[in-house]
Amino acid sequence: MDFDLSEEQRLLKESVDGLLADSYDFEARKKYMKEKGGWSKAVWGKLAEQGLLGLPFAEADGGFGAGAVETMIVMEALGKALVVEPYLATVVIAGGFLRHGGSAAQKEAHVPGIIDGSKTFAFAQLEKNSRYDLHDVVTSAKKKGDGWVIDGEKFVVLNGENADTLIVTARTSGAQRDKTGIGVFLVPADAKGITRKGYPTQDGLHAADITFTNVEVGADSAIGNPADALALIERVADEARTAVCAEAVGAMDESLKTTVEYIKTRKQFGVAIGSFQSLQHRASDMFVALEQARSMSMLATMAADFDNARERATSVAAAKVQIGKSLKFVGQQSIQLHGGIGMTMEAKIGHYFKRLTMIENSFGDTDYHLRRVSESGGLL
Amino acid sequence: MDLAFTKEEIAFREEVREFFKTNVPPDTRRKLQEGRHLSKDEMVTWWRILNKKGWGVTHWPKEYGGTGWTSVQHYIFNEELQSYPAPQPLAFGVSMVGPVIYTFGNEKQKKEYLPRIANVDDWWCQGFSEPGSGSDLASLKTKAERKGDKWIINGQKTWTTLAQHADMIFCLCRTDNNAKKQMGISFIVFSMKSKGVTVRPIQTIDGGHEVNEVFFDDVEVPVENLIGEENKGWDYAKFLLGNERTGIARVGVSKERLRRIRDLASKVEAGGKAIIEDPAFREKLTACEIELKALELTQLRVVADEGKHGKGKPNPASSVLKIKGSEIQQTTTELLMEVIGPFAAPYDEHGDAGSNESMDWSAQIAPSYFNNRKVSIYGGSNEIQRNIISKAVLGL
Repeated sequence: MDFDLSEEQRLLKESVDGLLADSYDFEARKKYMKEKGGWSKAVWGKLAEQGLLGLPFAEADGGFGAGAVETMIVMEALGKALVVEPYLATVVIAGGFLRHGGSAAQKEAHVPGIIDGSKTFAFAQLEKNSRYDLHDVVTSAKKKGDGWVIDGEKFVVLNGENADTLIVTARTSGAQRDKTGIGVFLVPADAKGITRKGYPTQDGLHAADITFTNVEVGADSAIGNPADALALIERVADEARTAVCAEAVGAMDESLKTTVEYIKTRKQFGVAIGSFQSLQHRASDMFVALEQARSMSMLATMAADFDNARERATSVAAAKVQIGKSLKFVGQQSIQLHGGIGMTMEAKIGHYFKRLTMIENSFGDTDYHLRRVSESGGLL
Repeated sequence: MDLAFTKEEIAFREEVREFFKTNVPPDTRRKLQEGRHLSKDEMVTWWRILNKKGWGVTHWPKEYGGTGWTSVQHYIFNEELQSYPAPQPLAFGVSMVGPVIYTFGNEKQKKEYLPRIANVDDWWCQGFSEPGSGSDLASLKTKAERKGDKWIINGQKTWTTLAQHADMIFCLCRTDNNAKKQMGISFIVFSMKSKGVTVRPIQTIDGGHEVNEVFFDDVEVPVENLIGEENKGWDYAKFLLGNERTGIARVGVSKERLRRIRDLASKVEAGGKAIIEDPAFREKLTACEIELKALELTQLRVVADEGKHGKGKPNPASSVLKIKGSEIQQTTTELLMEVIGPFAAPYDEHGDAGSNESMDWSAQIAPSYFNNRKVSIYGGSNEIQRNIISKAVLGL
């Protein structure tokens, strides 16, 4: 049993924290968000330079063969700095599909572009009525010759507007909520028949609603078994959930620090408002919520190595529940303790609150995962 | 980062489990499961079994009978003890006064008291709180005046847990009225059989008798019963309260209770089916299990940290463990109330001293709920813990 980072992991943390401290304060972030597409190519290039985009990939594929802990370190740092670049969509999710399900040819075609920063990805999964159920898929992929024809609509696809390649879940057989008959496809974002309607999201990222009309792709576009890819999708989704848990811990950590700093300096009635016990106790409760969340983020991270798939999924779901509760409390109380200034776009605290709030509603919210853990028989 | 225990730690856990299985008296276990209080005999019998095995005072230094275990071993032992469940060692002797004596006491005191604490030859109680000194403990008024080779003690203590069983008391007494309030306090131990000691029971809202008022009326105590230096008692009290905090989360206790809730909820029916089939109830139970899992991990982080970097100063993270641990314990008793529903009402006026075994086990559920309101009050109320976090961690 050990909760410490290894020497290499500590160095990684130092280097990513250092990079973001140098180039990603709140003012810089505003500038990056105004760039074309809503994020900074230059920052993305720096992440590539430091090897962060290649972390989880096998050495044989040009990566560093790092594990879940390294991703946790990076995501926590990205959360602390509220980074808007598409690390989650590209490295964690698309990277996850390629690592766990990609053929040698698919890896060869796509991994180098991720690692060197020249290509980004997006995961087109959410549908109008699917909500958080990954197996609820109407978008269809029909066999045509050796290839596939994809039809359907996907919503709130993060980085969907800018991505070079989309990873699309589509039904190859069966009914809307069947657990079999679901495939995952690599689709060039500029393929004929795709229309993308991009927009900014509440938390300063960018997403798109994407329509697929008779989009033809080759036989080599299917990742894994096109007739039965749900297990692969669940696995990658669990990695995405784990990643956003770590991101949320980073964002909560920074929210609490910012808030404590604020109440130490803000004066009313002639004293720092942090001298009032009601505020001190609120801040203490925020610390408790943060530490509970940190523990569960670690559990989800370590669960990546659990042999038992059910235990792994339950641990991740439980973590998402704890993070959901904690982030709501820390996020809301950060605003409350800031008072009026917390309500303004100018102050950074509100932007943490917004990102945290959007994290709760992605990849299954608190109630969704609570139900999952409950239905799987609990956590004892 | 790695969650797994080593092979040796797993083997140790098996050894501990096996020992409890074969040595905890079954009646003692059952009473604990049902939330009943144990008799003095039942507790002492079990503690002597533990002590004979060499596990009575596990965290003491080896020379005084400790085990020399690693932090992880202590964690495993506590976890298994709480979740079996078996009675935990008497904190007042083993976790509180014992460490003060072997750290600050003289050789004669160590020889005289420590073995008797380990074997519970003396049952100790704690004389800290007073009617006017709760969270503001340092304002205490009980007076010890030096007269020749005696201390003359006058005053009153309260919330003295299980004083009705006690042979000895460790007591914070004011020995200097002129000093700053923390500086004029001494740590004195004496026999509860001394002339002038009166114990009056306090009945708590659950109907039980755990706590007492203790009155001192010109109690004569030999001067050599002072532990450490005169007027340094506050330092020893702080040391004592900061000692052994990781067990405070009581993760094992809550785990055992959650198992029991699952078990009962699958037997008790509502709306024609077991309560556990009700998604709303099950989600509440699951939410509590998740909180507990998070707490367990938080505790393990503290344990691992202590194992690696030494105990050093009391870890402010122990305040997190106290707050969350007590909240979860209280939630588990609320869930039990929900399971039992209207059958919570019958009250066993003979109390739960084991006198009335004919009452159904359900009779203990409401009292246990009432009684558990104490866990967020004692040991430094949760509000005091929030003060600690806000000062020691957040720098407010």
